[in-house]
Amino acid sequence: MNPGRKRQVRLVVSLTLAVLLAGGLIYTSFSAADEALTPTQLLARAKTDLSYQLTGTVVKGSVRRLPGGVLDFSLADRAGGGRAVPVIYTGAVPDPFRVGRELIVTVSKRGRDFVAAPGSMITKCPSKYSPAPSTKST
Amino acid sequence: MAVVGRAVLVVALLTTLFGITAALYGARHGRRDWVDAGRRSVYALAVILTVAFALLEVAFIDNDFAFNTVANDSSLTTPLFYRAAAMWGSQEGSLLLWVWLLSLWSSLAVFLTRNRLREVVPYAVSVLLGFGAFFTSLLVFFATPFGTTTPAPTNGVGLDPLLRNPSMMIHPPMLYSGYTFFTIPFAFAVGALITRRVDAEWIQVARRFALASWLFLGVGILLGARWAYSEIGWGGYWGWDAVENAALMPWLISTAFLHSIMIQEKRGMLKIWNASLVLAASTLAILGTFLVRSGILSSIHAFGASTLGIPFVVLIAVMVIGSIYLVVSRRDVLRSEHRLDSLFSREAAFMLNNVLLVGLTFVIFWGTFFPLISEVATGTQSVVGTPWFDRYTVPLALMLVLLSGIGPVIPWRRATLAKARRNFALPLVAAAAMLIASFTVLPISSSVPTVALFCCVAFVFASVGQEFWRGWRARRATSGDSPPRALISMVRRNRRRYGGYIVHVGLAVLFVGVAASSTFSRTQFVNLQKGQSTVVGGYKMTNVRPTAAIVTDPTSTGALLTLGVIMRVTHDGRYVTTLHPVAQYYDDETGGEGPVGSLIGGDSVSTLSLHSSFRRDISAAIDAPDIQSELQGEINHANTLVLDERSEGAVAQTKLSYYLLAAIAGGYVRHPPAAPLKLASSPLVMWLWLGALVVFAGGLIAIWPTAGVSGRVRARYLARVAHELGRA
Repeated sequence: MNPGRKRQVRLVVSLTLAVLLAGGLIYTSFSAADEALTPTQLLARAKTDLSYQLTGTVVKGSVRRLPGGVLDFSLADRAGGGRAVPVIYTGAVPDPFRVGRELIVTVSKRGRDFVAAPGSMITKCPSKYSPAPSTKST
Repeated sequence: MAVVGRAVLVVALLTTLFGITAALYGARHGRRDWVDAGRRSVYALAVILTVAFALLEVAFIDNDFAFNTVANDSSLTTPLFYRAAAMWGSQEGSLLLWVWLLSLWSSLAVFLTRNRLREVVPYAVSVLLGFGAFFTSLLVFFATPFGTTTPAPTNGVGLDPLLRNPSMMIHPPMLYSGYTFFTIPFAFAVGALITRRVDAEWIQVARRFALASWLFLGVGILLGARWAYSEIGWGGYWGWDAVENAALMPWLISTAFLHSIMIQEKRGMLKIWNASLVLAASTLAILGTFLVRSGILSSIHAFGASTLGIPFVVLIAVMVIGSIYLVVSRRDVLRSEHRLDSLFSREAAFMLNNVLLVGLTFVIFWGTFFPLISEVATGTQSVVGTPWFDRYTVPLALMLVLLSGIGPVIPWRRATLAKARRNFALPLVAAAAMLIASFTVLPISSSVPTVALFCCVAFVFASVGQEFWRGWRARRATSGDSPPRALISMVRRNRRRYGGYIVHVGLAVLFVGVAASSTFSRTQFVNLQKGQSTVVGGYKMTNVRPTAAIVTDPTSTGALLTLGVIMRVTHDGRYVTTLHPVAQYYDDETGGEGPVGSLIGGDSVSTLSLHSSFRRDISAAIDAPDIQSELQGEINHANTLVLDERSEGAVAQTKLSYYLLAAIAGGYVRHPPAAPLKLASSPLVMWLWLGALVVFAGGLIAIWPTAGVSGRVRARYLARVAHELGRA
């Protein structure tokens, strides 16, 4: 094979490989991704065995600490209104976790309850970051 | 003072606009004096922004709550150290920090190139001032740090307790220095492409500053990881968070650039690729700033949605389109001088390393932006989690570690079989020995990626060690120096090479820590009553007794109440250590929960108590008890008691509030509820930090300028310039 042709073959092979890998990456990202939903959307369309990324605010009076480091609380839409989603959570609780704070947690439906993936809780910005007056409700 | 501050920012903006015009005019008409005026504008910008920075800093230290930024991010109870750092807790303050650092580092770059690159510098100055103009106009028009309120509030909201960590003083400036340093190679690349002076000289400048940004950004990332590790709930040292990824992407691309640039220096190849990498790294750095500052993606760092999205998108679009145009229109001067001789050569190894690093960056980019991508593609936002990232990053990282052992020992141009045998025999033996050890001595055989990584690391140690040994032996033979002197002079004579090798070793050590701790950590969440114990990874941890302290805060972050537990750790009956995890409660300056309740009504923060050793970290953290609800009765009672004493005056009331808080704390210690604890035993975490230190030591060795070395480097560059002229 002459050098020019060899280079062409090399180029085609490596480009094909790159396209295949990128395709695989893109395919898996869509199949492995979790939908990001609000509590109202989650209640409307959650299916058993799929996991979702749920974003909502902690409902007042819903937080209970159970033995074994289990946390039981409900999340509601940030805008208010709608039904709250009860969540069972184990794992590290970020410091800003509080009633009225917005947080993100990965949940899946088990029967009527939603069980969170252990350690998946992320709290969004504490209210102090925003220039608006403090909106703490505790 | 706020008026002065705003005026100073306007002057800064005018300075940048004047400097851009002067430098461009000087370049077009060949007027040195105008070019010099442009360069001096960069220095002037640095001086002006230093004044603005100092004004705001003084306002923070003096508790001048008339400034909105001070009122929002500082307070009377925020200790001095954190008041000084509170400036970059705010959007406006951090943008000011960004542009201030930009002006300082730009001045350094412009100063170092004052007698060089005559044609390129005017354009580079314009680009640097262009970034300066962008960020100053954000400060002038969109997010002024000098906004005021009259009458001034008597107290501020306070710096978020989560940010009251010594890292707050150093992590953001380091990270921002890294980001701003990236504008310098970008500016010089643009200048070189515009003037078609894509010779060896600009590459030298670009490489130096790319190395500086690589170093600063790396230190910034590691400090952030260390900080996240010490706070409960930030999910350990790395969580594939959008903002973490934003810093990692330009770092990876600049790593690729620092390697591929060597191919251009030695062989005149990959010029288009290198120019693209420089431009891409800087664009990703701006993108990183954008992600941190705009809150467009959900992140633990999300600093609130802001109005800065559109200006940033415009800037990034200009950078991307301009970069593509420049590279495409200058492709004729960017042609390669040589072709790849063999796939078994250092060039090929570096190219593979580049492909892997760019691939890794693409994976991270895709995952980071997936919420936006999926929203466009399917209409609903979706996210990918750590398992998805790990699936791609783990094999890519493994291959990169292996390559970091192959690169140093594979010859340029073409490796012969004999040479390969000579260079690879020892590293292969080391890797094989590690493989055997993994299944016999070391307890890691249950995790295939960890075994693979350990073998790659053994390979790297052996190959780099062999290079050091050979260079040292040769140096001793030729110079006749004593062994230690020969080692030092060997490194000094070729800092880049040996600095780079040290970086490789450091990264290998770092990955040992990452692999072991992420695979073999044991974590437990338990509620332990006083006297109860549990076993985590073979370590028995006992809740000895609760503790409480008011006002005196062991870490001086300004917490008014600190609750904790003393934990005793034993292993096989032998005493190991005593841990003291605490939760700290901060006051709520709005006073919404009554006189006593407000003392502890703000945020609470739990900090890890850590026992680090070479072999493992034992840690405990207490999940801050929700005293607001658990002690609601006591606090309400105390509130009424204080309010009943209204006649005694404000001082007596405050005093009484603290007494009652002390009584509540005392009651908590006498009748403690079960402590909600996070207990962990993680092997080899310390290797991660030690490896990082080695990486940065290597980076410093590589970047450190010395007269003799830079003279020789310049001679080599001159030789290349002459070579290029000869071809032209």
